[in-house]
Amino acid sequence: MLKWFASAAFALALGSAAMAEDLKMAVTTSFHNSGLAEVLLPEIKKDTGIDLQLLVVGTGQALRLGEAGDVDAILVHAKAAEEKFVAAGHGTHRTEIMYNDFVIIGPKADPASISGAGSAAAALQMIEGAEAPFVSRGDDSGTHKKELSLWKGAGVTPEGAWYKAVGAGMGSALNTASGMNAYILSDRASWLNFGNKGDLALLYAGDPVLFNQYAYIPVNPEKHAHVKSDLAMQLEAWLVSDRAKELIDGYRLSAEQLFTYNAKSE
Amino acid sequence: MSELWEGLTQAFWLVVTLDADLVGITLRSLRVTLTALILASAIALPLAAFLAVRRFRMRRLTIAVLNALMGLPPVVVGLIVYVFLSRAGPLGVLGLLFTPTAMVIAQVIIIVPLIASVAHQSLRELWAEYHDLLISMNTTQTQRIATLLWDGRRALLTAALAGFGRGIGEVGAIMIVGGNIDQVTRVLTTAIALETGKGNFALALGLGFVLIALAVAVNLAIHWLSRTETEGRW
Repeated sequence: MLKWFASAAFALALGSAAMAEDLKMAVTTSFHNSGLAEVLLPEIKKDTGIDLQLLVVGTGQALRLGEAGDVDAILVHAKAAEEKFVAAGHGTHRTEIMYNDFVIIGPKADPASISGAGSAAAALQMIEGAEAPFVSRGDDSGTHKKELSLWKGAGVTPEGAWYKAVGAGMGSALNTASGMNAYILSDRASWLNFGNKGDLALLYAGDPVLFNQYAYIPVNPEKHAHVKSDLAMQLEAWLVSDRAKELIDGYRLSAEQLFTYNAKSE
Repeated sequence: MSELWEGLTQAFWLVVTLDADLVGITLRSLRVTLTALILASAIALPLAAFLAVRRFRMRRLTIAVLNALMGLPPVVVGLIVYVFLSRAGPLGVLGLLFTPTAMVIAQVIIIVPLIASVAHQSLRELWAEYHDLLISMNTTQTQRIATLLWDGRRALLTAALAGFGRGIGEVGAIMIVGGNIDQVTRVLTTAIALETGKGNFALALGLGFVLIALAVAVNLAIHWLSRTETEGRW
Protein backbone atom coordinates (compact mmCIF):
# COMPACT_ATOMS: atom_id res chain seq x y z
CA MET A 1 0.00 0.00 0.00
CA LEU A 2 2.72 2.40 1.06
CA LYS A 3 4.71 1.65 -2.08
CA TRP A 4 1.73 2.32 -4.25
CA PHE A 5 1.15 5.53 -2.39
CA ALA A 6 4.75 6.69 -2.84
CA SER A 7 4.80 5.90 -6.54
CA ALA A 8 1.50 7.72 -7.02
CA ALA A 9 2.90 10.79 -5.27
CA PHE A 10 6.06 10.50 -7.31
CA ALA A 11 4.19 10.26 -10.61
CA LEU A 12 2.25 13.35 -9.63
CA ALA A 13 5.38 15.33 -8.74
CA LEU A 14 6.97 14.25 -12.02
CA GLY A 15 3.90 15.34 -13.92
CA SER A 16 4.17 18.88 -12.68
CA ALA A 17 7.96 19.08 -13.04
CA ALA A 18 7.77 18.15 -16.73
CA MET A 19 6.32 21.56 -17.63
CA ALA A 20 9.46 23.66 -17.71
CA GLU A 21 8.84 26.73 -19.87
CA ASP A 22 5.39 27.53 -18.62
CA LEU A 23 4.14 30.97 -17.77
CA LYS A 24 0.98 31.65 -15.79
CA MET A 25 -1.08 34.64 -16.87
CA ALA A 26 -4.37 35.77 -15.37
CA VAL A 27 -6.79 37.01 -18.03
CA THR A 28 -10.35 38.25 -17.86
CA THR A 29 -13.33 36.14 -18.82
CA SER A 30 -14.20 38.55 -21.60
CA PHE A 31 -10.80 38.07 -23.25
CA HIS A 32 -11.07 34.32 -22.99
CA ASN A 33 -14.68 34.18 -24.22
CA SER A 34 -13.64 36.04 -27.36
CA GLY A 35 -11.79 32.97 -28.61
CA LEU A 36 -8.73 35.09 -29.45
CA ALA A 37 -6.68 33.12 -26.91
CA GLU A 38 -7.11 29.95 -28.95
CA VAL A 39 -5.53 31.74 -31.92
CA LEU A 40 -2.70 33.41 -29.99
CA LEU A 41 -1.61 30.58 -27.69
CA PRO A 42 -0.34 28.16 -30.37
CA GLU A 43 1.47 31.03 -32.13
CA ILE A 44 3.12 32.14 -28.90
CA LYS A 45 4.21 28.56 -28.29
CA LYS A 46 5.62 28.35 -31.81
CA ASP A 47 7.47 31.69 -31.80
CA THR A 48 8.79 31.83 -28.23
CA GLY A 49 8.48 28.29 -26.87
CA ILE A 50 6.42 29.56 -23.96
CA ASP A 51 3.60 27.35 -22.72
CA LEU A 52 1.18 30.07 -21.71
CA GLN A 53 -1.27 28.89 -19.02
CA LEU A 54 -4.33 31.07 -18.73
CA LEU A 55 -6.22 31.56 -15.49
CA VAL A 56 -9.59 32.89 -16.49
CA VAL A 57 -10.92 35.10 -13.71
CA GLY A 58 -12.50 38.50 -13.13
CA THR A 59 -10.25 41.56 -13.15
CA GLY A 60 -10.57 41.86 -9.37
CA GLN A 61 -9.23 38.37 -8.81
CA ALA A 62 -6.61 38.75 -11.55
CA LEU A 63 -5.15 41.74 -9.70
CA ARG A 64 -5.21 39.83 -6.43
CA LEU A 65 -3.41 36.89 -8.06
CA GLY A 66 -0.72 39.24 -9.30
CA GLU A 67 -0.45 40.90 -5.91
CA ALA A 68 0.07 37.53 -4.20
CA GLY A 69 2.57 36.44 -6.85
CA ASP A 70 0.47 33.44 -7.90
CA VAL A 71 0.75 34.39 -11.57
CA ASP A 72 3.64 35.80 -13.61
CA ALA A 73 1.67 38.39 -15.57
CA ILE A 74 -1.85 39.71 -16.02
CA LEU A 75 -3.87 40.92 -19.00
CA VAL A 76 -6.87 42.95 -17.86
CA HIS A 77 -9.02 45.94 -18.72
CA ALA A 78 -9.61 48.32 -15.82
CA LYS A 79 -7.27 51.27 -16.23
CA ALA A 80 -7.70 52.92 -12.82
CA ALA A 81 -7.20 49.66 -10.93
CA GLU A 82 -4.22 48.75 -13.15
CA GLU A 83 -2.50 52.05 -12.49
CA LYS A 84 -3.02 51.61 -8.78
CA PHE A 85 -1.56 48.11 -9.07
CA VAL A 86 1.58 49.36 -10.78
CA ALA A 87 1.90 52.36 -8.45
CA ALA A 88 1.80 50.02 -5.45
CA GLY A 89 4.78 48.18 -6.94
CA HIS A 90 2.97 44.90 -7.62
CA GLY A 91 3.67 45.17 -11.34
CA THR A 92 6.73 46.53 -13.12
CA HIS A 93 4.88 48.50 -15.80
CA ARG A 94 1.72 48.59 -17.85
CA THR A 95 1.65 48.08 -21.62
CA GLU A 96 -1.49 48.77 -23.58
CA ILE A 97 -2.04 46.06 -26.19
CA MET A 98 -5.42 46.38 -27.84
CA TYR A 99 -9.02 47.40 -27.34
CA ASN A 100 -12.45 46.08 -28.09
CA ASP A 101 -15.79 47.56 -27.15
CA PHE A 102 -18.76 47.06 -24.88
CA VAL A 103 -22.30 46.80 -26.15
CA ILE A 104 -25.68 47.06 -24.46
CA ILE A 105 -27.79 43.95 -24.93
CA GLY A 106 -31.50 43.77 -24.23
CA PRO A 107 -34.81 42.18 -25.19
CA LYS A 108 -35.67 42.49 -28.90
CA ALA A 109 -38.88 44.36 -28.01
CA ASP A 110 -36.70 47.04 -26.33
CA PRO A 111 -39.20 48.27 -23.67
CA ALA A 112 -36.92 51.18 -22.73
CA SER A 113 -36.39 52.02 -26.43
CA ILE A 114 -32.65 52.57 -26.07
CA SER A 115 -31.76 51.62 -29.63
CA GLY A 116 -32.23 55.23 -30.70
CA ALA A 117 -30.31 56.72 -27.77
CA GLY A 118 -27.74 59.42 -28.51
CA SER A 119 -25.13 58.21 -26.05
CA ALA A 120 -24.42 55.36 -23.66
CA ALA A 121 -25.35 57.62 -20.75
CA ALA A 122 -28.72 58.43 -22.34
CA ALA A 123 -29.39 54.73 -22.94
CA LEU A 124 -28.76 53.93 -19.28
CA GLN A 125 -31.00 56.81 -18.17
CA MET A 126 -33.77 55.38 -20.33
CA ILE A 127 -33.39 51.94 -18.76
CA GLU A 128 -33.55 53.46 -15.31
CA GLY A 129 -36.52 55.63 -16.30
CA ALA A 130 -38.44 52.62 -17.59
CA GLU A 131 -37.29 50.52 -14.60
CA ALA A 132 -36.59 47.77 -17.11
CA PRO A 133 -34.79 44.77 -15.58
CA PHE A 134 -31.01 45.14 -15.85
CA VAL A 135 -28.50 42.42 -14.98
CA SER A 136 -25.19 43.54 -13.52
CA ARG A 137 -22.09 41.34 -13.22
CA GLY A 138 -21.60 42.49 -9.63
CA ASP A 139 -18.30 40.61 -9.34
CA ASP A 140 -15.73 43.40 -9.27
CA SER A 141 -14.58 42.46 -12.77
CA GLY A 142 -13.40 44.93 -15.39
CA THR A 143 -16.81 44.82 -17.06
CA HIS A 144 -18.53 45.45 -13.74
CA LYS A 145 -16.25 48.40 -12.98
CA LYS A 146 -16.94 49.77 -16.44
CA GLU A 147 -20.67 49.44 -15.92
CA LEU A 148 -20.49 51.28 -12.59
CA SER A 149 -18.49 54.10 -14.15
CA LEU A 150 -21.10 54.36 -16.93
CA TRP A 151 -23.93 54.66 -14.39
CA LYS A 152 -21.94 57.31 -12.59
CA GLY A 153 -21.38 59.15 -15.87
CA ALA A 154 -25.12 59.02 -16.54
CA GLY A 155 -25.80 60.53 -13.11
CA VAL A 156 -27.87 57.53 -12.03
CA THR A 157 -27.55 55.46 -8.86
CA PRO A 158 -28.60 51.99 -9.96
CA GLU A 159 -30.74 50.48 -7.23
CA GLY A 160 -34.17 48.99 -6.88
CA ALA A 161 -35.87 45.76 -7.82
CA TRP A 162 -35.09 46.25 -11.55
CA TYR A 163 -31.31 46.23 -10.94
CA LYS A 164 -30.04 42.69 -10.38
CA ALA A 165 -26.41 42.09 -9.44
CA VAL A 166 -25.73 38.39 -10.06
CA GLY A 167 -22.09 38.12 -8.94
CA ALA A 168 -21.10 35.92 -11.85
CA GLY A 169 -18.89 35.80 -14.94
CA MET A 170 -19.93 37.25 -18.30
CA GLY A 171 -21.38 34.01 -19.63
CA SER A 172 -23.44 33.23 -16.54
CA ALA A 173 -24.67 36.82 -16.40
CA LEU A 174 -25.73 36.61 -20.06
CA ASN A 175 -27.54 33.35 -19.27
CA THR A 176 -29.38 35.13 -16.47
CA ALA A 177 -30.26 38.08 -18.70
CA SER A 178 -31.48 35.68 -21.37
CA GLY A 179 -33.67 33.90 -18.83
CA MET A 180 -35.14 37.13 -17.44
CA ASN A 181 -35.23 39.03 -20.73
CA ALA A 182 -33.22 41.79 -19.13
CA TYR A 183 -30.79 44.46 -20.32
CA ILE A 184 -27.10 43.85 -19.74
CA LEU A 185 -23.73 45.41 -20.53
CA SER A 186 -21.42 42.93 -22.27
CA ASP A 187 -18.21 43.01 -24.22
CA ARG A 188 -18.87 42.39 -27.90
CA ALA A 189 -16.81 39.20 -28.05
CA SER A 190 -18.65 37.43 -25.24
CA TRP A 191 -21.94 38.42 -26.81
CA LEU A 192 -21.05 37.13 -30.28
CA ASN A 193 -19.72 33.87 -28.88
CA PHE A 194 -22.66 33.38 -26.56
CA GLY A 195 -24.77 30.39 -27.55
CA ASN A 196 -28.01 31.01 -25.62
CA LYS A 197 -29.15 34.36 -27.03
CA GLY A 198 -32.86 33.56 -26.68
CA ASP A 199 -34.89 36.74 -27.15
CA LEU A 200 -31.94 39.11 -26.67
CA ALA A 201 -30.40 41.42 -29.26
CA LEU A 202 -27.62 43.97 -29.53
CA LEU A 203 -29.37 47.30 -28.96
CA TYR A 204 -26.72 49.94 -28.46
CA ALA A 205 -23.03 50.29 -29.37
CA GLY A 206 -20.58 52.83 -30.75
CA ASP A 207 -20.17 55.49 -28.04
CA PRO A 208 -16.36 55.96 -27.60
CA VAL A 209 -16.88 55.78 -23.85
CA LEU A 210 -17.66 52.08 -24.39
CA PHE A 211 -14.16 51.31 -25.69
CA ASN A 212 -12.34 48.75 -23.61
CA GLN A 213 -8.56 49.00 -23.35
CA TYR A 214 -6.60 45.84 -22.53
CA ALA A 215 -3.20 46.16 -20.89
CA TYR A 216 -0.44 43.69 -20.06
CA ILE A 217 1.32 43.93 -16.69
CA PRO A 218 4.24 41.68 -15.66
CA VAL A 219 4.32 40.95 -11.94
CA ASN A 220 7.19 42.64 -10.13
CA PRO A 221 10.07 40.20 -9.51
CA GLU A 222 11.36 42.43 -6.71
CA LYS A 223 8.29 41.50 -4.66
CA HIS A 224 8.17 37.87 -5.75
CA ALA A 225 11.54 36.35 -6.55
CA HIS A 226 10.01 33.18 -8.03
CA VAL A 227 8.17 35.07 -10.80
CA LYS A 228 9.42 34.16 -14.28
CA SER A 229 10.29 37.71 -15.17
CA ASP A 230 12.41 36.99 -18.25
CA LEU A 231 9.68 34.84 -19.78
CA ALA A 232 7.14 37.55 -19.02
CA MET A 233 9.35 40.09 -20.83
CA GLN A 234 9.73 37.70 -23.76
CA LEU A 235 5.96 37.42 -23.97
CA GLU A 236 5.58 41.20 -23.85
CA ALA A 237 8.05 41.57 -26.71
CA TRP A 238 5.90 39.15 -28.69
CA LEU A 239 2.66 40.93 -27.79
CA VAL A 240 3.94 44.26 -29.14
CA SER A 241 5.39 42.66 -32.27
CA ASP A 242 4.02 42.92 -35.80
CA ARG A 243 3.11 39.24 -35.67
CA ALA A 244 0.72 39.89 -32.77
CA LYS A 245 -0.69 42.95 -34.54
CA GLU A 246 -1.46 40.89 -37.61
CA LEU A 247 -3.15 38.13 -35.60
CA ILE A 248 -5.14 40.45 -33.33
CA ASP A 249 -6.36 42.77 -36.09
CA GLY A 250 -7.05 39.79 -38.33
CA TYR A 251 -9.17 37.91 -35.82
CA ARG A 252 -12.79 37.66 -36.95
CA LEU A 253 -15.82 36.38 -35.14
CA SER A 254 -19.04 36.07 -37.15
CA ALA A 255 -17.25 38.15 -39.82
CA GLU A 256 -16.69 41.03 -37.37
CA GLN A 257 -13.35 42.42 -36.27
CA LEU A 258 -13.30 42.28 -32.48
CA PHE A 259 -9.99 43.72 -31.35
CA THR A 260 -8.03 46.72 -32.54
CA TYR A 261 -4.32 46.53 -31.88
CA ASN A 262 -2.87 49.76 -30.38
CA ALA A 263 0.22 48.67 -28.44
CA LYS A 264 2.45 51.39 -27.10
CA SER A 265 4.81 51.05 -24.17
CA GLU A 266 4.46 53.49 -21.30
CA MET B 1 -35.84 19.47 -24.33
CA SER B 2 -34.06 19.74 -27.69
CA GLU B 3 -30.96 20.66 -25.72
CA LEU B 4 -31.02 17.34 -23.85
CA TRP B 5 -31.15 15.50 -27.14
CA GLU B 6 -28.40 17.64 -28.63
CA GLY B 7 -26.33 16.98 -25.50
CA LEU B 8 -26.75 13.24 -25.89
CA THR B 9 -25.78 13.43 -29.56
CA GLN B 10 -22.74 15.55 -28.77
CA ALA B 11 -21.67 13.19 -26.00
CA PHE B 12 -22.07 10.27 -28.39
CA TRP B 13 -19.90 11.86 -31.08
CA LEU B 14 -17.28 13.07 -28.61
CA VAL B 15 -16.88 9.53 -27.32
CA VAL B 16 -17.08 7.76 -30.67
CA THR B 17 -14.48 10.00 -32.32
CA LEU B 18 -12.28 9.88 -29.20
CA ASP B 19 -12.01 13.67 -29.18
CA ALA B 20 -8.45 14.49 -28.04
CA ASP B 21 -9.54 17.23 -25.64
CA LEU B 22 -12.20 15.05 -24.11
CA VAL B 23 -9.79 12.16 -23.60
CA GLY B 24 -7.26 14.48 -21.98
CA ILE B 25 -9.84 16.06 -19.69
CA THR B 26 -11.33 12.70 -18.73
CA LEU B 27 -7.96 11.12 -17.94
CA ARG B 28 -7.07 14.18 -15.86
CA SER B 29 -10.34 13.85 -13.92
CA LEU B 30 -9.58 10.21 -13.25
CA ARG B 31 -5.97 10.85 -12.32
CA VAL B 32 -6.82 13.58 -9.83
CA THR B 33 -9.73 11.81 -8.18
CA LEU B 34 -8.14 8.34 -8.07
CA THR B 35 -4.95 9.76 -6.55
CA ALA B 36 -7.04 11.63 -4.00
CA LEU B 37 -9.06 8.47 -3.34
CA ILE B 38 -5.94 6.35 -2.69
CA LEU B 39 -4.46 8.94 -0.34
CA ALA B 40 -7.78 9.53 1.43
CA SER B 41 -8.41 5.80 1.86
CA ALA B 42 -4.94 5.31 3.29
CA ILE B 43 -5.81 7.90 5.93
CA ALA B 44 -9.50 7.26 6.48
CA LEU B 45 -9.74 3.45 6.62
CA PRO B 46 -7.16 2.86 9.38
CA LEU B 47 -8.67 5.81 11.22
CA ALA B 48 -12.14 4.25 11.00
CA ALA B 49 -10.86 0.88 12.28
CA PHE B 50 -8.95 2.59 15.07
CA LEU B 51 -12.10 4.42 16.14
CA ALA B 52 -14.02 1.13 16.16
CA VAL B 53 -11.44 -0.81 18.19
CA ARG B 54 -9.98 1.68 20.59
CA ARG B 55 -11.90 3.30 23.44
CA PHE B 56 -10.56 6.69 24.50
CA ARG B 57 -11.91 9.79 26.13
CA MET B 58 -12.50 11.96 23.04
CA ARG B 59 -13.81 9.09 20.90
CA ARG B 60 -17.45 10.14 20.77
CA LEU B 61 -16.50 13.73 20.03
CA THR B 62 -14.11 12.64 17.26
CA ILE B 63 -16.83 10.53 15.64
CA ALA B 64 -19.37 13.35 15.89
CA VAL B 65 -16.94 15.84 14.34
CA LEU B 66 -16.09 13.37 11.58
CA ASN B 67 -19.79 12.91 10.81
CA ALA B 68 -20.33 16.63 10.74
CA LEU B 69 -17.38 17.13 8.40
CA MET B 70 -19.02 14.82 5.85
CA GLY B 71 -21.01 17.88 4.84
CA LEU B 72 -17.94 20.06 4.47
CA PRO B 73 -18.75 22.62 1.74
CA PRO B 74 -16.17 22.05 -1.04
CA VAL B 75 -16.00 25.72 -1.93
CA VAL B 76 -14.86 26.55 1.61
CA VAL B 77 -12.26 23.77 1.54
CA GLY B 78 -11.07 25.15 -1.78
CA LEU B 79 -10.79 28.63 -0.37
CA ILE B 80 -8.83 27.48 2.69
CA VAL B 81 -6.46 25.34 0.60
CA TYR B 82 -6.08 28.29 -1.77
CA VAL B 83 -5.10 30.64 1.04
CA PHE B 84 -2.55 28.14 2.34
CA LEU B 85 -1.00 27.40 -1.06
CA SER B 86 -1.00 30.95 -2.41
CA ARG B 87 2.45 32.50 -2.71
CA ALA B 88 1.42 34.89 0.03
CA GLY B 89 0.29 31.98 2.24
CA PRO B 90 2.20 29.74 4.67
CA LEU B 91 2.85 26.96 2.09
CA GLY B 92 3.42 29.34 -0.81
CA VAL B 93 7.07 28.40 -1.28
CA LEU B 94 6.00 24.99 -2.56
CA GLY B 95 4.48 26.66 -5.63
CA LEU B 96 1.60 24.19 -5.69
CA LEU B 97 -1.31 26.53 -6.44
CA PHE B 98 -2.94 25.90 -9.84
CA THR B 99 -1.39 22.45 -10.23
CA PRO B 100 -3.09 19.03 -10.19
CA THR B 101 -1.39 18.40 -6.84
CA ALA B 102 -3.37 21.25 -5.28
CA MET B 103 -6.57 19.69 -6.60
CA VAL B 104 -5.62 16.34 -5.06
CA ILE B 105 -4.98 17.99 -1.69
CA ALA B 106 -8.39 19.70 -1.71
CA GLN B 107 -10.17 16.50 -2.69
CA VAL B 108 -8.41 14.46 -0.01
CA ILE B 109 -9.63 16.92 2.62
CA ILE B 110 -13.17 16.73 1.24
CA ILE B 111 -13.46 12.95 1.04
CA VAL B 112 -11.53 11.75 4.12
CA PRO B 113 -14.39 12.51 6.55
CA LEU B 114 -16.92 10.85 4.25
CA ILE B 115 -14.91 7.64 3.80
CA ALA B 116 -13.98 7.50 7.49
CA SER B 117 -17.58 7.97 8.65
CA VAL B 118 -19.11 5.40 6.32
CA ALA B 119 -16.29 2.93 7.01
CA HIS B 120 -16.56 3.40 10.76
CA GLN B 121 -20.27 2.68 10.66
CA SER B 122 -19.80 -0.77 9.19
CA LEU B 123 -16.60 -1.63 11.06
CA ARG B 124 -18.35 -0.88 14.34
CA GLU B 125 -20.91 -3.60 13.65
CA LEU B 126 -18.20 -6.00 12.59
CA TRP B 127 -16.27 -5.24 15.75
CA ALA B 128 -19.31 -6.06 17.89
CA GLU B 129 -19.31 -9.47 16.23
CA TYR B 130 -15.57 -10.06 16.48
CA HIS B 131 -14.98 -8.48 19.85
CA ASP B 132 -15.07 -11.57 22.09
CA LEU B 133 -13.14 -13.72 19.66
CA LEU B 134 -10.35 -11.24 19.09
CA ILE B 135 -10.04 -10.41 22.78
CA SER B 136 -9.93 -14.10 23.80
CA MET B 137 -7.21 -14.73 21.22
CA ASN B 138 -5.15 -12.09 22.98
CA THR B 139 -4.50 -10.14 19.75
CA THR B 140 -2.62 -6.88 19.66
CA GLN B 141 -4.39 -3.70 18.63
CA THR B 142 -2.64 -3.66 15.25
CA GLN B 143 -3.78 -7.21 14.58
CA ARG B 144 -7.37 -6.30 15.49
CA ILE B 145 -7.34 -3.31 13.14
CA ALA B 146 -5.83 -5.41 10.36
CA THR B 147 -8.44 -8.15 10.85
CA LEU B 148 -11.31 -5.68 10.75
CA LEU B 149 -9.98 -3.97 7.64
CA TRP B 150 -9.49 -7.27 5.82
CA ASP B 151 -12.77 -8.92 6.79
CA GLY B 152 -14.70 -5.73 6.24
CA ARG B 153 -13.17 -5.04 2.84
CA ARG B 154 -16.44 -5.18 0.93
CA ALA B 155 -18.07 -2.59 3.14
CA LEU B 156 -14.91 -0.49 2.94
CA LEU B 157 -15.13 -0.65 -0.82
CA THR B 158 -18.55 0.94 -0.63
CA ALA B 159 -17.12 3.67 1.58
CA ALA B 160 -14.31 4.29 -0.90
CA LEU B 161 -16.75 4.40 -3.83
CA ALA B 162 -18.84 6.98 -2.00
CA GLY B 163 -15.65 9.02 -1.67
CA PHE B 164 -14.91 8.58 -5.37
CA GLY B 165 -18.41 9.77 -6.24
CA ARG B 166 -18.04 12.89 -4.17
CA GLY B 167 -14.58 13.58 -5.60
CA ILE B 168 -15.26 13.07 -9.29
CA GLY B 169 -18.39 15.23 -9.26
CA GLU B 170 -16.89 18.04 -7.23
CA VAL B 171 -16.35 21.43 -8.85
CA GLY B 172 -16.26 24.19 -6.21
CA ALA B 173 -12.91 23.40 -4.63
CA ILE B 174 -10.93 22.30 -7.68
CA MET B 175 -12.11 25.32 -9.63
CA ILE B 176 -10.55 27.58 -6.99
CA VAL B 177 -7.28 25.73 -6.37
CA GLY B 178 -6.80 24.36 -9.89
CA GLY B 179 -7.80 27.46 -11.82
CA ASN B 180 -9.34 25.49 -14.72
CA ILE B 181 -6.23 25.92 -16.92
CA ASP B 182 -6.62 24.30 -20.33
CA GLN B 183 -4.46 21.16 -20.70
CA VAL B 184 -3.20 21.44 -17.12
CA THR B 185 -5.96 21.56 -14.54
CA ARG B 186 -9.16 21.43 -16.58
CA VAL B 187 -11.24 18.43 -15.59
CA LEU B 188 -14.75 17.33 -16.54
CA THR B 189 -16.63 19.31 -13.91
CA THR B 190 -14.75 22.58 -14.45
CA ALA B 191 -15.10 22.18 -18.23
CA ILE B 192 -18.86 21.81 -17.75
CA ALA B 193 -18.96 25.00 -15.66
CA LEU B 194 -16.96 26.81 -18.36
CA GLU B 195 -19.15 25.68 -21.27
CA THR B 196 -22.31 26.55 -19.35
CA GLY B 197 -20.86 30.02 -18.87
CA LYS B 198 -20.44 30.32 -22.62
CA GLY B 199 -24.05 29.28 -23.15
CA ASN B 200 -22.94 26.05 -24.90
CA PHE B 201 -25.51 23.94 -23.10
CA ALA B 202 -25.32 21.04 -25.55
CA LEU B 203 -21.56 20.61 -25.14
CA ALA B 204 -21.85 21.10 -21.37
CA LEU B 205 -24.54 18.42 -21.23
CA GLY B 206 -22.45 16.16 -23.45
CA LEU B 207 -19.55 16.44 -21.00
CA GLY B 208 -22.03 15.82 -18.18
CA PHE B 209 -23.19 12.58 -19.74
CA VAL B 210 -19.57 11.51 -20.16
CA LEU B 211 -19.00 12.25 -16.46
CA ILE B 212 -21.99 10.15 -15.42
CA ALA B 213 -20.92 7.30 -17.68
CA LEU B 214 -17.42 7.47 -16.24
CA ALA B 215 -18.70 7.26 -12.65
CA VAL B 216 -20.88 4.27 -13.51
CA ALA B 217 -18.05 2.57 -15.39
CA VAL B 218 -15.60 2.96 -12.51
CA ASN B 219 -18.13 1.59 -10.02
CA LEU B 220 -18.94 -1.38 -12.22
CA ALA B 221 -15.29 -2.10 -12.86
CA ILE B 222 -14.45 -2.14 -9.16
CA HIS B 223 -17.44 -4.33 -8.32
CA TRP B 224 -16.55 -6.71 -11.08
CA LEU B 225 -12.91 -6.87 -10.06
CA SER B 226 -13.78 -7.57 -6.44
CA ARG B 227 -16.67 -9.94 -7.33
CA THR B 228 -19.18 -8.48 -4.93
CA GLU B 229 -22.76 -9.71 -5.01
CA THR B 230 -21.65 -13.04 -6.46
CA GLU B 231 -20.60 -15.13 -3.48
CA GLY B 232 -20.96 -15.18 0.32
CA ARG B 233 -20.70 -12.25 2.68
CA TRP B 234 -17.03 -11.60 2.15
